[in-house]
Amino acid sequence: MCLAIPGKIIGIDEKNEHAIIDYGDGTKRKANISLVDVKKGQYVLVHAGFAIEVLNEKEAKETLDLFREMLSVEDDD
Amino acid sequence: MFSLKDKKLADKIVNDIKKSDIKLKFMHVCGTHQDTLVKHGLDALLKKCGVEIVQGPGCPVCVTTAREIEEMLNLARTGKIVTSFGDMIDVPGEEHSLRSMKEEGYDVRTVYGIEDAVKIAQNHPEKEVVFIAIGFETTAPTTASVILNKPPKNFSILCCHRIIPPALKAIVEMGEIKLNGLIEPGHVSTIIGIKPYEFLSKKYKVPQVVAGFEPIDVLMGVWMLVKQIKTGKAFVENEYSRVVHPNGNIKAKKALNDIFEPCDITWRGFSVIEKSGLRLKSKFEEYDARKRFNDDLVEIHLKEFHEPEGCMCGELLRGLVTPFECPLFGQACTPESPIGPCMVSIEGSCNIGYRYSSK
Repeated sequence: MCLAIPGKIIGIDEKNEHAIIDYGDGTKRKANISLVDVKKGQYVLVHAGFAIEVLNEKEAKETLDLFREMLSVEDDD
Repeated sequence: MFSLKDKKLADKIVNDIKKSDIKLKFMHVCGTHQDTLVKHGLDALLKKCGVEIVQGPGCPVCVTTAREIEEMLNLARTGKIVTSFGDMIDVPGEEHSLRSMKEEGYDVRTVYGIEDAVKIAQNHPEKEVVFIAIGFETTAPTTASVILNKPPKNFSILCCHRIIPPALKAIVEMGEIKLNGLIEPGHVSTIIGIKPYEFLSKKYKVPQVVAGFEPIDVLMGVWMLVKQIKTGKAFVENEYSRVVHPNGNIKAKKALNDIFEPCDITWRGFSVIEKSGLRLKSKFEEYDARKRFNDDLVEIHLKEFHEPEGCMCGELLRGLVTPFECPLFGQACTPESPIGPCMVSIEGSCNIGYRYSSK
């Protein structure tokens, strides 16, 4: 139920209500974007046909670096 | 795009936890966390390191009550088009499930989301169309968004939405299970942020980590909890910061507040949990199937319901047993012929346990 899948916005309708999302596996599907502020080209998390959050690729990459840093700090204790 | 499958890092996290020499019990409340734990064998791995993790009431289909199931069935029986997420239609009621009703010719349709249900209502203006609105804070904003947009007059919802923090409070206060920490659901938290959990750490000194769903996320979440415990701290830490913002999704929270108000509601396996449900505010009551079809539902509201005989879903949802401790598991109760909802939903721990143990 709370499963949410990331995908890229490749087009937005005139009313700014729905977007076409490319899930990267050949699947493209319409999703409602009224719960987020988004632009074409951004990545979003989609749940039950609605984008629920915008994803930031840079933050995602930094996550791993942050974890490595936390663990090595633990090593020095 | 977000591949967090770094084996070396995972090994490092597990070794660190192992070195801590601990015996702890944590609870999470999300089927996707359970799937990650079981699919990748992390539950067994962590158990060897002294950390046991139980699922708790983290599966919307599973916590929906026998009474709500009968409401759904009666709406179909009385001629409405009943639309539902796929997981719900196999949950057995007293004599029927939505699927068996469909097989008998009643109009039950599986939808991917609420907007598909609205489309059905637009295409069948002569019929009443009811959407079974289940789900936690992740899903409730999608219902709110549709109601705000004034769907057609022949559309309504059977509101079964529930919210997570009051259920966590109930678990902690009941004291049936001694928990050393909570792994909070990443996508519920995407909507509500981290503040709604803080009272649990402050008042009950429970360490908490909001975690994502990759194996590294769950391991890191456990590592963070262990670290809080070792340093004598209890606060809400955000492992899933690449998605969850401290304040959550402001637009989605506003939609929730505009449409819903909290109400007391029963969860399967629990009695009434105060302010743990969401109901439509009175100005949206025209979309409330319980009000609109009160005559069709009144008998169900007066009736007593019991859990299926021998079914341990209640104990499971309170974190007291594992699926394998239920005598029905894999014998009388399987995904093909389920007795309790935890075997039906792909987020239920029985279904997850069965799927991966039979592979």
